[in-house]
Amino acid sequence: MSAVLESHDHSHDHHGPAKGWRRWVYTTNHKDIGTLYLWFSFIMFLTGGCMALVIRAELFEPGLQIVEPEFFNQMTTMHGLIMVFGAVMPAFVGLANWLIPMMIGAPDMALPRMNNLSFWILPFAFALLLSTLFMEEGAPNFGWTFYAPLSTTYAPSTVTYFIFGVHIMGASSIMGAINIIATILNLRTPQMTLMKMPLFVWTWLITAYLLIAVMPVLAGVVTMMLMDIHFGTSFFSAAGGGDPVLFQHVFWFFGHPEVYIMILPAFGIVSQIIPTFSRKKLFGYTSMVYATSSIAFLSFIVWAHHMFTVGMPLAGELFFMYATMLIAVPTGVKVFNWVATMFKGALTFETPMLYAVAFVVLFTIGGFSGLMLAIAPVDFQYHDTYFVVAHFHYVLVPGAIFGIFAGVYYWLPKWCGNMYDEKLGKLHFWLSFVGMNMTFFPMHFVGLAGMPRRIPDYALQFADFNQIASVGAFIFGTTQLLFLFIVIKTIVSGKKATAEVWDNPEGLEWTIPSPAPYHTFSTPPDVK
Amino acid sequence: MSTDGYQTYYVPEKSRLPIFMAIGLAVTVIGAGTMMNDLTAGVEDSSAHWVMFTGFIIIAATLYTWFAKVIAENHSGLYSGQLNRSFVWGMGWFIFSEVMFFAAFFGALYYVRNLAVPWLAGEGDKGISAMLWPEFQAAWPLMETPDATQFAGPKEVIHPWGLPLVNTILLLSSSVTVHLAHTALKAGNRARLKMWLAITIVLGLAFLGFQIEEYAEAYNELGLTLKSGIYGSTFFMLTGFHGAHVTIGAFMLTVMLLRAFKGHFTPQEHFGFEAASWYWHFVDVVWVGLFIFVYIM
Repeated sequence: MSAVLESHDHSHDHHGPAKGWRRWVYTTNHKDIGTLYLWFSFIMFLTGGCMALVIRAELFEPGLQIVEPEFFNQMTTMHGLIMVFGAVMPAFVGLANWLIPMMIGAPDMALPRMNNLSFWILPFAFALLLSTLFMEEGAPNFGWTFYAPLSTTYAPSTVTYFIFGVHIMGASSIMGAINIIATILNLRTPQMTLMKMPLFVWTWLITAYLLIAVMPVLAGVVTMMLMDIHFGTSFFSAAGGGDPVLFQHVFWFFGHPEVYIMILPAFGIVSQIIPTFSRKKLFGYTSMVYATSSIAFLSFIVWAHHMFTVGMPLAGELFFMYATMLIAVPTGVKVFNWVATMFKGALTFETPMLYAVAFVVLFTIGGFSGLMLAIAPVDFQYHDTYFVVAHFHYVLVPGAIFGIFAGVYYWLPKWCGNMYDEKLGKLHFWLSFVGMNMTFFPMHFVGLAGMPRRIPDYALQFADFNQIASVGAFIFGTTQLLFLFIVIKTIVSGKKATAEVWDNPEGLEWTIPSPAPYHTFSTPPDVK
Repeated sequence: MSTDGYQTYYVPEKSRLPIFMAIGLAVTVIGAGTMMNDLTAGVEDSSAHWVMFTGFIIIAATLYTWFAKVIAENHSGLYSGQLNRSFVWGMGWFIFSEVMFFAAFFGALYYVRNLAVPWLAGEGDKGISAMLWPEFQAAWPLMETPDATQFAGPKEVIHPWGLPLVNTILLLSSSVTVHLAHTALKAGNRARLKMWLAITIVLGLAFLGFQIEEYAEAYNELGLTLKSGIYGSTFFMLTGFHGAHVTIGAFMLTVMLLRAFKGHFTPQEHFGFEAASWYWHFVDVVWVGLFIFVYIM
């Protein structure tokens, strides 16, 4: 007892951070942990990006050029896993850590030590996953969706490390999500009712709920794989009465909510940014909340639209087709609200706004191709082609990743107290915009013409579009080094930002100085 | 707004506990993964399990220190009512995540039993897969697997009205006794708290004992194993994970009993106890699902 009490004697003087590496390893501060998440995610973004460039270099010409097909498979698999679990998800958790306590007037996250644990599991999990690249049998090579029996009967032995890596990163996500929910529900300043919360907080509340609901299902499905591989069960083996299709059902029950986990926080970011640069209130706040909730609900009953060609009863095909199309309704509400917010606004186009507007336009393209894929009979043509690759990269790159870029440019001055270089920011935007569209737009065409995904070689007729895509990929990839430069330059030598940063933005985070002090809102602030 | 009467939300100082926990988890999974790979590859002199045990020890030591610290902080008056509500939300959502974990296995059971196995025997639209094993007959429990050379089916399965019924009674009564312990705690009757809590733990351990006996019977006499096809797979994964959760729950209740003997908990504030009892009720509800869908139906 006394030893414990002693360690709290200095609890009243903990206003500044600790020095050196201990600050980052032992920290319980939401801002430190947010920073850790964001840097980790950026490192993973570059790692996964390099893998994408290996893929695009190989596909620059038909025929086998640079890598062995086995290694190509490892690259497609690891690229997907790293971008989904290592880049996009941690970036959003990092933003949540930085922003949610400041937006709701909380002193920190609800469970600060667990918050640190959620982060520090990730470097170990991804070191384990990446180490498989250097093992004798090579990294997992069965695609990021790891369908059985490719990932069980025919998998390299490194699949075991992949499974355990997924287990611990899942634990990290669940703890992170519990922390976010507890923070939002319990630590809001008393006058901030639920319907007064900023939309970023709302979308994260719903995202956290989705995470807690589906990460355990992912843990369940990889556990079944583990048992099939090492302990002789027959979940995914028809010889024992199981079914490989069972894998796909359980996986996509996780996987479809997962894609909304990767987009809802971006919806929230864009809903914060567009009103600021339109100098208007967000159009249809209440409908935004209900639309987000509807999307989350629908995400649980549409999973089998990923599996139209696997062999389902007709009733199943029809149900999942119509349920999927329903998602267009709440999503349409959101897009309409963003456009209506801009309508007759006093618009300016600083970098965050450019990213937000590009988000609205390009995410909508990804949404429309999603509707095409939702139509079961035509999906038989599109399934497993580059059209699918084009579709999900349009929702993930200009959707999730542009959302993250927009958020970073918007709040970076609040975090580090300095303004980023607007010219360079715009250059980063336009290069990313051009590079990204060059990469993924031609994939629609080769996909519709029948080029299959995940194959290192292709028919001669697809060569032109593939060359354009590869050039675009290298433009987009190298541009991200510019982003790194801009962020470092802002931190080191940007000119001082004001507390408000922007022109009369809404939200509690703009009422505190820039950079935000190490501890904010130790007593709850007033809200109008 | 007035912040009078606002008790500061306690934000802990920097802490070494999380990084030790993360290291413990990493060591455990590296050890477990290597151990399983060695096992499957038939490596004779594998020492990976020692790595795994080292990880377990790190995790156990960290968790012990962590909880001891939280309890000490609470007793020294650092925690406000608001902070306690964070624990309440945290435990509630943790249990929800556990529910979803079991949902994955119940869902798998439902799918193979009602869809995949009948299709494999030629039923309905998808009955075309019957061409794989034309002789295969659908049944549940599945005694004859499609390919008996790979997965020999069980000779017999566990019948619900023997040990499983006894176990159901044990576990359902233990939910009642843990509730009685809670009522006693709220009434300030600590002798009764300890008595009912001890009875709950004994009931839980008895359940586990019978479960072990059932498993021994299944393996040694009935030929019902993990390898005996999809019935054995679903049976052992569902009951096995449930048993693991009963073990954790019984451990949590034991800690609560020791804390009760040390004089912890007041009639008003005892969320540690309440969290453990929530967990126990959750484990109980899962068992009712198991008893109905795995044993009876």
